[in-house]
Amino acid sequence: MSAHQGRVTDHNVQPGPADFVRPELVILGMEAGDAREVIQALSRRLHVAGFVRDTFADAVWQREQTNPTGLPLAGEIHVAIPHADIEHVIAPALAVATLVRPVVFRNMVNPEEEVHASIVIVMALHEAHAQVEMLQQLASLFQDAERVRRLYRARTFEDVQKVLQGDSVR
Amino acid sequence: MSGAKRILVACGTAIATSTVVAKAIEEGLAARGIQVVTRQCKAAEVPGLAKEFDLIVTTTPVPQNLGVPVIQTLAFLTGVGKEEVLDQIAELLSKE
Repeated sequence: MSAHQGRVTDHNVQPGPADFVRPELVILGMEAGDAREVIQALSRRLHVAGFVRDTFADAVWQREQTNPTGLPLAGEIHVAIPHADIEHVIAPALAVATLVRPVVFRNMVNPEEEVHASIVIVMALHEAHAQVEMLQQLASLFQDAERVRRLYRARTFEDVQKVLQGDSVR
Repeated sequence: MSGAKRILVACGTAIATSTVVAKAIEEGLAARGIQVVTRQCKAAEVPGLAKEFDLIVTTTPVPQNLGVPVIQTLAFLTGVGKEEVLDQIAELLSKE
């Protein structure tokens, strides 16, 4: 199995989640006090790596207040997918944090309800309706409790990549 | 027999969440022998578009008093309750 460095070259395969992460965008076993801290840490990584503008971090936090992104999953590990409007993004990327203790996000479909997220994926997407395939693959991942667990238990960037590649690995 | 039912798929995200949901709905209903046409929009656009549709499925809260059934669910993103929601949609559409 060849490791894809950056964009895939196989024209039959659309980029999936694994193509949008890099080691510097992943924080494993993070000790975080709250959602804001996680969002800021991941946004900073995205900014330093050149994927987002300096307005991104605040924009993500502001958006989370009115359009929460907490997703309660079938297993015991829940996720949140904070993001901002596309004007704050320079190039697409995903920043991922796994947390020692879950932090509170609000449920996307029911904002009164808390979601205790142990995995946070800050999504820097720069076209409103691009990366549909990538989002579909993320949704498939979220629907598989075993893969979610494996992502949560990842100890290295390679572990994360393998989980994100999932079924797309031929 | 009337044409395909029309479902408005709304989301509150700035990304292609509604596309993911719309495709999952189309596939799930096709597997039940039901053809639908979907259109995506943002939550704020729902009240203005509602009457052109038979059903609204949304991942974010929208007004309920639109004269069109509304299903608020994350099932097509998280898988939780997906089959039940598809059954519910199939039943709703068969009544109209």
